[in-house]
Amino acid sequence: MSVDGVGIDTTKPNVRSGARVVATLVRPHWVPFAVSVFGAAMFALGTVVSAAVLGWVVDDVVIATFAADEGADVGAVPSVFAAAAAVLAVVVLRSVGVVTRRYYAGMTSERVERTTRAGLAKQYLGQPMSWLRTVPTGRLVAHVDADAHQLVHALHPLPFSFGVLFLAIFSGIRLFAIDPSIALIALVVFPIMVVVNSVYSRVVEPPMTKSQAHIATLAGIAHESFEGAMIVKTLGRQAEEVERFDSSAGDLEHTRRQVGFIRAYLDAVLSGLPLLSTLIVVLVGVRRIQAGAMSAGDLVEVAALFSALAIPMLVFGFLLESLIPSVVVWNRLRPVLDAPIPGLPEERGVELGVALPVQVDGLSYAFPDRPDEQVLEDINLTVAAGEIVAVVGPTGGGKSTLCRALAGVLDEVGDVVHVGGRSLASMHPADRSAIIAYAFQEPFLFAGSIRSNIDIDGTNDDESIERAGSAAAIDEWIATMPKGYDTIIGERGVTVSGGQRQRIALARALVRRAGLVVLDDATSAVDVLIEEQILSALRGAEDVTMVIVANRLATVERADRVVYLAGGRIVATGSHEELLANEQYRELVLAYAEVNDG
Amino acid sequence: MAKASGMTQVDDSGASWPVIRRGIQATPELVAGIRVTMLAGIAFAAGQLATPVVIQLAIDRGGITSGDVNVGVVTRLALLGIAVVLGSELLGMFIKRRLVDRAERALRRLRVMAFDKVHQMSLQDHNEQATGVLVSRVTSDVDALIRFADWGLFTWLVQPVVILGIFIVMAVYSWQLALLAVVTFLPVFTAMRWVRKRMGAAHDARRTAVGDLLGAFSETLNGAEVIRAYHAEDRIHAHIVDVSDKRYRAGLKANIYMSGVYVVGDLVGGVMLAVLAIVGVTQRDALGLTAGELVAILAFTTLLQSPIAELGESINNAQEAVAGWRKVLGLLDKRIETLELADGALLPAGPLGIEADSVSFSYRDGDRVLRDVSVTVQPGQRVAVVGETGSGKSTFARLVCRLADPATGTISVGNVDLSTVSADQRRRSIRIVPQDGFLFDTSVRENIRNGRAGATDADIDAAVELLGLGSWVQSLPDGLDTPVGERGTLLSVGERQLVSFARAGVADPGLLILDEATSSVDPQTDVMLTQALERLSEGRTVMSIAHRLSTAQSADLVLVFDAGELIEQGSHDELVAAGGLYSDLFAAWTG
Repeated sequence: MSVDGVGIDTTKPNVRSGARVVATLVRPHWVPFAVSVFGAAMFALGTVVSAAVLGWVVDDVVIATFAADEGADVGAVPSVFAAAAAVLAVVVLRSVGVVTRRYYAGMTSERVERTTRAGLAKQYLGQPMSWLRTVPTGRLVAHVDADAHQLVHALHPLPFSFGVLFLAIFSGIRLFAIDPSIALIALVVFPIMVVVNSVYSRVVEPPMTKSQAHIATLAGIAHESFEGAMIVKTLGRQAEEVERFDSSAGDLEHTRRQVGFIRAYLDAVLSGLPLLSTLIVVLVGVRRIQAGAMSAGDLVEVAALFSALAIPMLVFGFLLESLIPSVVVWNRLRPVLDAPIPGLPEERGVELGVALPVQVDGLSYAFPDRPDEQVLEDINLTVAAGEIVAVVGPTGGGKSTLCRALAGVLDEVGDVVHVGGRSLASMHPADRSAIIAYAFQEPFLFAGSIRSNIDIDGTNDDESIERAGSAAAIDEWIATMPKGYDTIIGERGVTVSGGQRQRIALARALVRRAGLVVLDDATSAVDVLIEEQILSALRGAEDVTMVIVANRLATVERADRVVYLAGGRIVATGSHEELLANEQYRELVLAYAEVNDG
Repeated sequence: MAKASGMTQVDDSGASWPVIRRGIQATPELVAGIRVTMLAGIAFAAGQLATPVVIQLAIDRGGITSGDVNVGVVTRLALLGIAVVLGSELLGMFIKRRLVDRAERALRRLRVMAFDKVHQMSLQDHNEQATGVLVSRVTSDVDALIRFADWGLFTWLVQPVVILGIFIVMAVYSWQLALLAVVTFLPVFTAMRWVRKRMGAAHDARRTAVGDLLGAFSETLNGAEVIRAYHAEDRIHAHIVDVSDKRYRAGLKANIYMSGVYVVGDLVGGVMLAVLAIVGVTQRDALGLTAGELVAILAFTTLLQSPIAELGESINNAQEAVAGWRKVLGLLDKRIETLELADGALLPAGPLGIEADSVSFSYRDGDRVLRDVSVTVQPGQRVAVVGETGSGKSTFARLVCRLADPATGTISVGNVDLSTVSADQRRRSIRIVPQDGFLFDTSVRENIRNGRAGATDADIDAAVELLGLGSWVQSLPDGLDTPVGERGTLLSVGERQLVSFARAGVADPGLLILDEATSSVDPQTDVMLTQALERLSEGRTVMSIAHRLSTAQSADLVLVFDAGELIEQGSHDELVAAGGLYSDLFAAWTG
């Protein structure tokens, strides 16, 4: 799908750019597309033949039979039954053509949609977090459904357009053979269609682009609002939310109505032009007959050919009409589909079950939309293998961001974190995730079984999953579920309580024999007894290095070393007792005592 | 209940008419002024017949066949035809504009109704429905209606008139053959019904597949960090490929019927032409037809093909629409579990007592979460609810602020049965601070303002001051006007909780429920909040779902839940002395 700036002009949605977009989309799926074009050609052939058969039935069967009744010498009149059989045979040919064209055109669009989604999935999964953070989620979701679907609209009339080209050429040649002045009418009508369509493209493009954007906004609002449903409910903000959504739906209504009105005008032209040109044929034809340039039979045939020509006119009209939205959507999708995915470093394998040292050199970070405000500033930190480090500090001090950097999901920071002597930035994700286990305060659970949530990369056996369940103290609860580890939990794991969610996420972290465990307040919703149980199990059973953000004094006291993080900087580091000399730290610990032990 | 107004319910039996009827009932603007539109449609359809009729008349009356051409007559006929076609297309434009206008208006309202309904559903329904699926209800499911609502509806209105018109013109030549044509036409209905049924099922399956696909993509984005931390990209990718394949196959299946439906008109037209030719020729004496009349009749049968084909196409659109409609209406018709009384009772001012009487609750899948809980809380008391994860303590709190209704038993707050209290009053007087500090993508100030409708900047400042958050606010880059980002992600979890406390602060509730709210705030901030809540608690009843026993220690009343039952209640000292579960917990904590 990569176009890399050559090829397609992203700015102007017109017939030419539309054709190029469609060609790009269809190329990988040319087989069903070709079959569909073949079906369309079959239909065109059937249409020409059926006109001939109709003429033959009228002239040589019906009129001849009546003439024979009156004693005229018309020779041998074919049986009307044979004529009927011929009519049916042609109709069947046409129908098979139509079904073939439509089915395979549908298959082509479905495949293009699937390819588009596959491309999106590749991006959404392959891009680093830094890329995802720059695009709103609602927009990325809209790409998957509404946009992917809109993209293929032009693919339905396309094979038909190819097939009827042949019909147009045949009819055109025949028209010239009958009478050039009549053929001129056709030559006038076609350019009118082209002009109409180019005017249409220009007029409809702005509201159509706006509509697509409004849909994305709307989806974004719905997404946010539904995610926060509980807050909306408890605050009684339903009316305000509905108002917010309604106003956005109103913007969409407005632009879509504009598009609909413009379409109504185009439809009238598309439907009226063939009818009018047929009547003009009658008007001109009758004079040509009077002048002796044409016969009555010719006029009938010309009228028939003009109605046959109306089909390609209509189809081309629909095609041109549907090219525009395809280009509009393609312009939206391309930056996402074509974003270069950074290559992965080589997978070199790692040693498991061995505690690893951690080294952080000059780590700084700011959120992309608040670049002036450093969340972390020049963090330098060394953790020895097997050491247990507690990270302590006030809210907003950068604790979570530090954890994310240690876990390797903060790719923007570059080559500043080393675990086990290897730089995270130059490590293959498989290696990195094997040696680092990371759990955070707001666990994300996937729709699926508890098992698939613990064994998230699908590499662990039942025994280790159950061991992890037991280490995270979630096994007893799981045992009460009828399906045990195969119990299905909801999209964000909301059918389970906060504590259970955290423990499932902990099991996810503990199932691997990682050399570094990063726990970002990962037991905050777990009862104090169970937290203690989990942490001592972790310390006792495995040879690990641990970095823990915790808000319980016991955890801090049992750490080998404490890192005091405030304002995005390491203010002090040392043992708990040593740090008590720091006034701010002491205040914080006093607060601890008050909260936990007071 | 929602169906109290006697609305028909949409079932899953696959029938389309009930869906369409119910859909129109939900948004009557879809068919507003339908009579005018229909009259215009009939006139439009008649105009569409002008061209073939003119040609027929020109050949018949213009003397074209006889060789004695009457240019004047034919010219007048053709010009008349042109005028009629122009008029007809203008009318067509008018009709489509009307339909687009109504369709867009109806769709907007349907969307908003569905959105509203999602917020009326109990949280349990949210648990069962993935966010992505709910989003598709208000976006793509509604959008599935559009093609039908403007173009399809137009076809439904106009094409039957065109078909009828052709039969009438035929009947002018020979009523017997016209009747025969109608009889030949009848299988169209049977065929269409057969196709429609299967197509409906196929479209439903497709819409379900779309919902699953959105769900899969939505968690890929929301869980992006987890996926990367655990290198689960391949696994998630396999899932997406699987869901996308299902969507592809569902699309192909619907496509079979979409391809077949269009040829029904062609096939029926062919059969009709063959039958009429055979009967017309063999029975020509009995019918008393001329050759010209029979030719005219045969020519008219070919005109039937395109309207029948368009009807077939619009059935496809209608099925697609019905599939989307069914999903949206299914949502609209969902039973609301916590029914709000329009004219609910009010609560007294000041601190509110709680009285739970034999309260039980179970989730829909059957597991009983609370069993026979009875407790009395005096106004102004501070209550701590403790217990293991899954013991039912959070559920109990949710029942007290009526995020769900008990299965049996009653809960009274301020001596009023909670289920009779008006929603507004309840939201003013009972305030829960949930464990997830979800914020809206706006500023800190606006998020705090959300705590009470009509709160002024001064109210917000006062709440911030009361909670002692002034220095924290000052540390933010833009103070109260600092943006919080999508779901509040620009703030740390602790900061988000500070905002949700302030949000509770601007309200003036008689009963405050804190659901594990102190769990994720660092100690320093926690002290600020503890002190602020101390002040906030004055003159209010406060119920905390605590997992820190310090909260329980200072509470007036401790409720200990275990496996859905309230097993112990009393003051901290009483419970420690009693030597039950609570004293075990306390011993472990202090030890």
